[in-house]
Amino acid sequence: MLRFLDLTLAGLTSGAVYAAIALALVLIWRSTRIVNFAQGGMLMITTFIAYTVISHGGSYWLALVVAVLSGFVLGGVVERVLIRPVEKRPPLDAVVVTFGLLVLLQGLAGMIFGGTPRSYPPAFSIIGFRAGDHRLLFAPNDLWVVLVVCGVMVLLAVVFRWTSLGLRMRASAFAPEVSRLLGVRVGRMLTVGWALAAAVGALAGVLIAPSTFVSPTAFDAFLVFGFTAAVIGGLDSPPGALVGGVGLGLALSYVSGYIGSDVVALGALVVLIAVLMVRPRGLFGSPVGRRV
Amino acid sequence: MTALAVRAPVVWQRSTLLRHLIWAILGGVGFYLLSVWLSPFRDLQLAQISYTAIAAAGLTVLSGLSGQISLGHGALMAVGAYSTALLLEHQHWKLGVVLIVATAITAGVGVLVGAAAARLRGPYLAGATLALAVGLPSLANYHRLRETLGGENGLTVVSGPPPLSLGETFPVERWQAWICGLCLIITLFVLANLVRSRVGRDMRLVREDEDAAALSGVHVARVQVLTFTISAACAGLGGGLLAYVNSLAAPGAFPLSLSLSLLTAAVLGGLGSLAGAVYGSVIVTLLPTWSSDIAQSAHLSRNVYANLPLVVYGVVLIGVIVLFPGGLQAGVLRVWRAVRVTIRGRLR
Repeated sequence: MLRFLDLTLAGLTSGAVYAAIALALVLIWRSTRIVNFAQGGMLMITTFIAYTVISHGGSYWLALVVAVLSGFVLGGVVERVLIRPVEKRPPLDAVVVTFGLLVLLQGLAGMIFGGTPRSYPPAFSIIGFRAGDHRLLFAPNDLWVVLVVCGVMVLLAVVFRWTSLGLRMRASAFAPEVSRLLGVRVGRMLTVGWALAAAVGALAGVLIAPSTFVSPTAFDAFLVFGFTAAVIGGLDSPPGALVGGVGLGLALSYVSGYIGSDVVALGALVVLIAVLMVRPRGLFGSPVGRRV
Repeated sequence: MTALAVRAPVVWQRSTLLRHLIWAILGGVGFYLLSVWLSPFRDLQLAQISYTAIAAAGLTVLSGLSGQISLGHGALMAVGAYSTALLLEHQHWKLGVVLIVATAITAGVGVLVGAAAARLRGPYLAGATLALAVGLPSLANYHRLRETLGGENGLTVVSGPPPLSLGETFPVERWQAWICGLCLIITLFVLANLVRSRVGRDMRLVREDEDAAALSGVHVARVQVLTFTISAACAGLGGGLLAYVNSLAAPGAFPLSLSLSLLTAAVLGGLGSLAGAVYGSVIVTLLPTWSSDIAQSAHLSRNVYANLPLVVYGVVLIGVIVLFPGGLQAGVLRVWRAVRVTIRGRLR
C-alpha cells in the first residue's frame, strides 16, 4: 500500500512536468495547427543555457529566469523564420521542418556541450517528506514542481481569458481572416503564441533537469511523453493537457514500479496507441468533421 | 533526320515491366562493376548504402505516395534486425530464407502499426511513430526479455563466409555488398512496378484527396494499411541486412537518429522518388565519413565532427522542405529535360 502511495506521488510529480510539455505543444497546436516536434530540442537548449548560467556561479533562480526568457526568444524566432514559410503548406512539411529543427538543435548542443550527461541541481531538497518512519517518494522539490506547473496553468488561463492579448490570440487562431480585418496582427499573434509555448517548455526543461541528466538526447523520451499527454487531452485543450499529463504520469509510474523501469517509453507508446484507437480526438477534444 | 522526329513506340516504352527489368539489369551490372572496382572498405559502405536505400525507398513510397509519414522506421528496422538475429541463431536457416521471414515478420508488425496509422492523420501519425522509435528499442532491456534479446549488448549475428567457389581471398565485404545490392535491386524493381500499378494510382489518389478517393470507390483505409505494410516490409529487409552486415543487432544501433537519417534520405532525394531515395541514402551514409575526414583535416574537436552529420541532417530537412520541396530528383529531372530539349534542338 505504501508502495502504491509512493508510486502515485512520484507519478503526480512527473505528470506535472509532462503536463507542462503537453501544454507547450497544445498552445502551438491551437494557434498554428502544427505539432512542434522541436519542442524537446528547444527545451534541451534552454536547459543547457540554464546549466551554463549555474556553472558560471549564477543561482538556480537566475538560471530559471534566463531559461524562460531564452525559450521565449527562441520560440518567437523559430516561428518567424522557419515555421512561417510552411504554415500554409501540407501538414507533412511542418512535421519534417520541426523534426529537422529537433535534430539540428541536438547536433548543435552536442557540438557545444558534448555528449556527456551533466547533473543539474534541484531548487529544494530532494529528500522525501516523512510519514511516520517512512520517507515518501515526494520531496520539497517535487512539491515545487507541482506548484509551479499549476501556477503556470492558472496564469495562462488568466491571460487567455481576461486580457486583450489573450483575446487577440484566441481570435487569430479561431478566425484569422476576420481578425485581420478587425485590425489584429495575426502573424504577430502566432509569433507570440510560439514564444509563450516555448517559454512554458523551457520552464518544464528546468523542472525535469534535476531528475534526469542534461544531455542532447536526454529529452527525446519527454517529448514523446508530452505528446502522449497532449493527445490524451485532445491536443486542443489546456485543461486536457493537465489531465493527460497527470494521467500519463501516474500510468507510467505504475508501469515503472510494477513492470519494470526499462519499458516506460514502451508504456507511453501503448497508452498513446490505445487512446488514438479508442478516442482519436482525446478526452477533451471536439470532434472535427471533414468537408468534402 | 526526320526519322528521329517521328517517334515509333519502342517496345520498352510500351511495357513498364520490361522497362523496369532493363533498368534492374543495368543497375545490377553497374553495381557488380562498382563493387569489383572498389576496395573492401568501400564495399562495406556500398552494403550500408544498399540497406539504407531499401528502408528509405519504403519510406519514400509511404510518405510520397500515400501521404502518410513515419518517424519510426528505425524501430521497424530493429524488428527486422532482431528477427534475423534470432532466426539465424535458433533456426540455422539459409540467409535468404531468414531475410524473407524477417521481412514477413516486420510486415506483420507493419499491419498492426498501419491499422493504427490508418486512423491517424498527419501530426498524430508522426507522433505515434515517433513514440514507436523511442519506445520499441527499449524492449531489448526489459528484464524478462533480456535473456532472449541480449539487453544493451544485443545479439551477435553469425553468418557463413562467402562461398569457396569465389576463391579463398575473396573479401567478405564484397560478398555482403553483393547480397545487399541484390536485395536493393529486387526491392526497387518491385516498388517501381507497384508505383506504376493500379495500387500505386490508388495511393496517389488517397494522398491527394481522401474524400474524393473514397467517393471513387477506393477503400482508403485498406490502401493506407497496405502501403504501411509494404513500407514496413522494406524497413524490415533493410534492418535484417543491417544486422547481417554489422554482425550485430543491438538497441544502440537503432537510435532516433536512424529514423531521422532515413527521413533525411527520402526528403533529400525528393519524397516519392525511388531514385531520389537511392541518392539520398548515398549522401546520408557517406556523410559521417566525410565529416570526420573534413574534421581531421581542419583539426576540429571530436564533439564538433561527431555531431556534424546531425546538424547537416537538420539543415537538409529544413532547407529542402522550405526551399526545394522536390528534392534532388526534381533538380535531376529538370537538368535531364533541359539536356533532352537541347539535344533535340540540335538534331532538328
